[in-house]
Amino acid sequence: MTNKKQKISNQELADQIDDYKFGFKTNHQAKFDTGVGLNEEVIRKISAHKNEPEWMLNNRLKALRIFNEKPLPNWGGNLKEIEFEKIHYYMQPADKQNKDWEEVPKEIKNTFDKLGIPQAERKYLAGVGAQFESEMVYHNLQETLAKKGVLFEGTDAALQKYPEFFKEYFGKVIPARDNKFAALNTAVWSGGSFIYVPKGVYIELPLQAYFRINAEFMGQFERTLIIADEGSSVHYVEGCTAPTYSSQSLHSAVVEVICKKGAKVQYTTIQNWSNNVYNLVTKRARCDENATMFWLDCNLGSRLTMKYPSVYLMGRGSKAEILSVAFAGKGQHQDAGAKVIHAAPDTSSTITAKSLSKDGGRSTYRGLQQVLPGATGVKSRVVCDALLLDDHSRSDTYPTMDVQENDASMAHEATVTKISEDQLFYLQSRGFSEAEAGALIVNGFIDPIVKILPMEYALEMNKLIEMEMSRSVG
Amino acid sequence: MLSIKNLSVSINDEKILENFNLEIKKGETHIIMGPNGSGKSTLCYAIMGHPKYKITSGKIEFNGQNILEMPTDERARAGLFLAFQYPKEVPGITFGNFLRQSSNVKLKESGEKVLSPMEYFKIAKELIEKVDLDKSMIGRGVNEGFSGGEKKRAEIVQMAALKPKLSLIDEIDSGLDIDSLKKVAQSIEEIKSETGMSTILITHYQRLLNYMNFDFIHIMKNGKIVKTGGKELVEDLEKNGYQNF
Repeated sequence: MTNKKQKISNQELADQIDDYKFGFKTNHQAKFDTGVGLNEEVIRKISAHKNEPEWMLNNRLKALRIFNEKPLPNWGGNLKEIEFEKIHYYMQPADKQNKDWEEVPKEIKNTFDKLGIPQAERKYLAGVGAQFESEMVYHNLQETLAKKGVLFEGTDAALQKYPEFFKEYFGKVIPARDNKFAALNTAVWSGGSFIYVPKGVYIELPLQAYFRINAEFMGQFERTLIIADEGSSVHYVEGCTAPTYSSQSLHSAVVEVICKKGAKVQYTTIQNWSNNVYNLVTKRARCDENATMFWLDCNLGSRLTMKYPSVYLMGRGSKAEILSVAFAGKGQHQDAGAKVIHAAPDTSSTITAKSLSKDGGRSTYRGLQQVLPGATGVKSRVVCDALLLDDHSRSDTYPTMDVQENDASMAHEATVTKISEDQLFYLQSRGFSEAEAGALIVNGFIDPIVKILPMEYALEMNKLIEMEMSRSVG
Repeated sequence: MLSIKNLSVSINDEKILENFNLEIKKGETHIIMGPNGSGKSTLCYAIMGHPKYKITSGKIEFNGQNILEMPTDERARAGLFLAFQYPKEVPGITFGNFLRQSSNVKLKESGEKVLSPMEYFKIAKELIEKVDLDKSMIGRGVNEGFSGGEKKRAEIVQMAALKPKLSLIDEIDSGLDIDSLKKVAQSIEEIKSETGMSTILITHYQRLLNYMNFDFIHIMKNGKIVKTGGKELVEDLEKNGYQNF
């Protein structure tokens, strides 16, 4: 995300990266580690190490029992190969969370430098968090926003400082019982961002957090809680990468967003995990009267992603917009989608899902549009487009509609397109190489989504797509 | 400039061209006419290297270079251009951006500085207005929702932008009204006189020839040239059709 990178020509870029660019490893000795595997003892260790209030420990233990009881989902992707007993559930990289970048341990700092994190902050962000393994190593917010009462902290630090918010909101939008991986996260959560935006405060620039897995067999379980008070507005962006290992890693986050009356929240994810990461994330927002939630979810990389950002429209006139892009390359399965539950009258939602499958990759759209009794005057629309880049890739669509009011206006459109030999030939006859031609078609396909990304992220997204396209072409 | 010797081409094991021969010198315009299914479009695709068209024997040299070994994009960068009878859509990529990027591929190839969107805007606007299209074309997806006439003119715009050494023009006149036809013919003539490009123009109809300068007409039938001549052939065809050949 640095400006430096923008000056590199396409050719140089193609030369440099014939593989996952963020796959480098950092030699780093953890300060504290609970070892491999998961049991009550591990949970007690994590909680004690974090010096948590007892209610949180009990919350964790209860969630562990739910995790153990619940079977693996028998839908979505293949979860049977996850070796839960080999995973490190907690790894502390540094002694404390820093506000000064210079105080972050050198090798961790170098990692984020390579990823362009601190430079990005100075240029176009209102605040930045950086998580390495299990903990936030850096968190900072513009002073002007802090003065207005905006809170932007690592979730662990926030639990210590503002327990009242946690008692009221933690686990309320996504209870541990929601699904097996929400239970896992609730049991072992660590890190993530906590954001509180006071009434009427409008944050212009995005807040960003960056998540990095470095160790082998690492499990990252960040927990993010965003509370946008009445009439406030915030845009939060998260980016994720990991080194390339032959062994697996597990990323299982929970994100809860509360949009109070008239609030607007945008949550943008640009995720580019290496191919060994299982990415099983639960994201959900609740909207009160006239509030707006906007999920923009870009899923690249990972071995398997199962993620369906959801919005519960609880107040009259509230709105949900969900845009999802998934790119499934060789050996990858992107099982992504969106859910909107209309629980109040005059609520509206739009879901746009675009998926690309290449080199045998598989992408799935799985979605839900639900209108509950009493929710009259609902409008909901789903547009689902899939692009197949070759014959041996795959795309499936599983839309579910459950409408319990007669006057709801519901729409679902789906298209599947395959890049044709004739289309490639047309572009090649203009001098574009096969890879450039493919990239053009792909860029055109995702253009409606890239167009609405902030400039810096649009550039980043285009670069990531270009990288995916230049990987094992032909 | 272009030398085709004993070329045989098949699609799905069906022989379309057989021992086809053609020589084109710099700056020459050759018209190819013939009934449907005589192999005219196949000739274009084979020269440009469409993967479906298998060359079973013979050779094609372009400026002394054997191009049969080259992928389509290399042939294009060497100076060949095909104006398609049915141009393809590229949704989401604007026509202006497409023009700029394809021009930049060429500039990069010759080691020149590539053009930014701002720098290219003026060029694109001029090229587009030259064929009587509105400049708003710049912002529309490539061939997306273009009318038949717009597609054909957009092909000519691309030809003007890329300044090829040799253009293959495949039935540019089909689906054009008489005014558009004149405009397109005039634009091709302008590009020819500006760049000295050679041209192979395929057409069904004599009327396009009223507005064009050309050196030879070839009549194709069953994958071969059966007759080569000049203007006098047009009148013959006008009277008797293809039956005499």
